Amino acid sequence: MTGVSLGRFQDAFARALRAPAGAETCASELARLVAQPGFAVYRNTVMKGCIDALQANYPAVSRLVGEEWFRAAAAVFARMHLPRNPTLAVYGEDFPHFLAEFAPAAELTYLPGVARLDRFWTEAHTAADEAAVEAAAVARLAPDALARAVLRPHASARWAWFEAQPIATIWRRNRYPGDEDEAELAWCGEGVLLVRPRGRVENVALDAAGCAFLDACAAGGTLGDAASAALAADGQADLARLMAQLLEAGAFGRLELPDHSTEER
Amino acid sequence: MLIVPSAGLGLKPEYFEDALAAPADGLWFEVHPENYMVAGGPRLGWLEAIRARHPLSLHGVALSLAADAPPDAAHLERLAALVGRFEPALVSEHLAWSTWQGAYRPDLLPFPRTSAALARIAENVERAQEALGRRIALENPSHYLAIDGHEWDEIDFLETLARRTGCALLLDVNNVYVSARNLGLSADAYVDAFPGALVAEIHLAGHTADPALGADLLVDSHDAPVDPAVWALYARLIARIGPRPTLIERDGNLPAFEVLMAERARAAAVLRAPLLRAA
Repeated sequence: MTGVSLGRFQDAFARALRAPAGAETCASELARLVAQPGFAVYRNTVMKGCIDALQANYPAVSRLVGEEWFRAAAAVFARMHLPRNPTLAVYGEDFPHFLAEFAPAAELTYLPGVARLDRFWTEAHTAADEAAVEAAAVARLAPDALARAVLRPHASARWAWFEAQPIATIWRRNRYPGDEDEAELAWCGEGVLLVRPRGRVENVALDAAGCAFLDACAAGGTLGDAASAALAADGQADLARLMAQLLEAGAFGRLELPDHSTEER
Repeated sequence: MLIVPSAGLGLKPEYFEDALAAPADGLWFEVHPENYMVAGGPRLGWLEAIRARHPLSLHGVALSLAADAPPDAAHLERLAALVGRFEPALVSEHLAWSTWQGAYRPDLLPFPRTSAALARIAENVERAQEALGRRIALENPSHYLAIDGHEWDEIDFLETLARRTGCALLLDVNNVYVSARNLGLSADAYVDAFPGALVAEIHLAGHTADPALGADLLVDSHDAPVDPAVWALYARLIARIGPRPTLIERDGNLPAFEVLMAERARAAAVLRAPLLRAA
């Protein structure tokens, strides 16, 4: 190793760390280091740090598949995707996508969706602080101003509609296992909104119209556009009830009025 | 708010409630800034509440100062933002690398202590101190490998870095013990030779024997009480250099908060000993 530059040492060390234990028969310039028992301490610490972080960030997935299965899958993921960001509380952005492609999980078709909601929780939990738009601010608007106003989703708001499976209920039961919910699972589509208007992340059941409404708001559409999108998703949608539900949940962070002035809440 | 040479505790989220309620007599807390590099949310709120009552120390694990590359600019910016917001009494990092070629490895990795490495690390420390607008302290790492190609003794390396960059040193006594045992060196000799005037902070933590190799390979696991041998080294150090802010670190097998407060009280008693002798 004598005379090797720092960068070349780091290239070789990083490669050796990533190789699975037992694969160090290669004629690596670090062979003398990798052969020492102490090398495993580094390899184990790196893997444990990544796997622990994934387990902390995907608790509903972990509870569904069991700790042993989860940690094995997390090890495969971590070897492919080391953290890009040392804030491990947000590690694993690609984990839902990984699970969707992970052959051993092929039969667990609900797993990527559940993982996506665990990820939504992390994003909602760490999003920028923002006061939610209050219902009263919207109620003050005249009908024509209302249709042309824009409601921007809250910085922490994450939502999704799952067409064929009750992903939100499966997620909720595994994310908050202490909560009593004995009802039999209805195998049909579901949507959910996660948002943190105050201190904690709340989750609110949302129908297809509600998700389409928020999609339109996020795209910068007016409330008129959002209402059309909601009705396109569900012709029977009750728009007044939907607006009230979203405002009550704190789903919006900014109200922009048609004359371009902005009202904070 | 300055840290008087008293004893502090590593703060895990599990202890926030207890930490908030703890009496303030000289107590300070240390966190990894990486855990607070988020846009908003309750984590930052908790830390604000703690900071309103106690001095805070930011102990980074990811600047990767010993990498053969400048510290990641975005990471340094986030660290500077936290330093600006929380005004910590101490900011420290490690003589190690973790981020390399854009990927972060959650560990503190070793390297051959060459003169070229010294020049690179000095440049990185200077860059960090400039971005943060303050002096940082560098910690001696735990060692698990006998690396060929060291041109420098670790203490000389750290002392030279401090002289060149103006940085301070953080002496982790448990790391000294673990490294000495793993590499067959004398922990007493290391502690005795360490330049006391440069020590801004001391760390104490527990270690465990490797499950396969036993006491031949100690791991700096931070998941056990401070070992009696480490307490003895610590008392020896304080008797020589005088009191310094001392942290009890605990990251795993978390006990009740009172158990950590009792370890902290033991460190505080060691810190008072030279003062009592002088009186």
